[in-house]
Amino acid sequence: MNITPDQIIFWQWGFIKLNATLIFTWAVMVFMVFGAWLVTRRLSSSTEMSRFQNLLEVVVFQIQKQIAEVSRHSAESLLPFIGTVFLFIAVSNLLMIFPLYEPPTGSLSTTAGLAVCVFIAVPMYGIRSQGWKGYFAHYIRPTIFMLPFNIMGEISRTLALAVRLFGNVMSGTMIIAILLAVAPLIFPILMRALGLLTGLIQAYIFAILATVYIAAVVRARSEVLREQDKGEEKHG
Amino acid sequence: MDNISIVAVASIIASGLTIAIGAIGPALGEGRALAQALQSIAQQPDEAATITRTLFVGLAMVESTAIYCFVVSMILIFANPFWTYIIEAGGN
Repeated sequence: MNITPDQIIFWQWGFIKLNATLIFTWAVMVFMVFGAWLVTRRLSSSTEMSRFQNLLEVVVFQIQKQIAEVSRHSAESLLPFIGTVFLFIAVSNLLMIFPLYEPPTGSLSTTAGLAVCVFIAVPMYGIRSQGWKGYFAHYIRPTIFMLPFNIMGEISRTLALAVRLFGNVMSGTMIIAILLAVAPLIFPILMRALGLLTGLIQAYIFAILATVYIAAVVRARSEVLREQDKGEEKHG
Repeated sequence: MDNISIVAVASIIASGLTIAIGAIGPALGEGRALAQALQSIAQQPDEAATITRTLFVGLAMVESTAIYCFVVSMILIFANPFWTYIIEAGGN
């Protein structure tokens, strides 16, 4: 029994392996990019539009709305990163309905890669909004003794992001494999339906947590600005 | 008992205990969180969207401890590093 799609190897040359994770990651990427290209080729701004344009508009609008509600400021700067992460995880989990497909998010390599993206994106957004000094000052707040705990917190939450997504998707495929041996008639289908639900919820949770982490470092800046504005109004 | 059996027995018992004990805490915590969220939605139906979103995120955070236990027990059963080591060392 395979615990991750990393262990399904199609082709190997020396230490270079072509495993199921890579193949299906590229399949998902090609599917999403080609689909997006196909839909956005003929865009219309009138009320007459293709059904796929309507679908994409609904998806993007909802992602934007959720980001704005969670981060409590404009979703413009966060949308490209959060939206990409959400759509990639959601599509790679939802394609589970096709037989012979192994979700690439069921491999710790993929989820660790996504978590590292978040780990890098947080300081990038923080430095962009607060500057180098403002962002790194945030580590020694309230006192300098909190520095190791802040660093440990950043690392452990990255680990948690990776293992949570991996564990959920892997447990879904694992339960189906075990049920196929115990009760192969109807129950695997029910569990697969449950797997689709968990997959979508996990994509949502990953995106929301990434938004919360980024918003925590960006919001500090906007609050400072608001307080300054208030102070100036009071003085003026 | 030879080394292989000791590793096998220890791994199987440990993985069972890991998932069993590891499921208790998150189950209690999630039950409490869900009960509170339902109560809040009953009191303030207008805020249902915010409460549900926060509930999902919170449940995911709580559940991750159970998921860690599950991952550890799966590793002990299907990808046990000690097992591989003992087999490679020749069984004794």
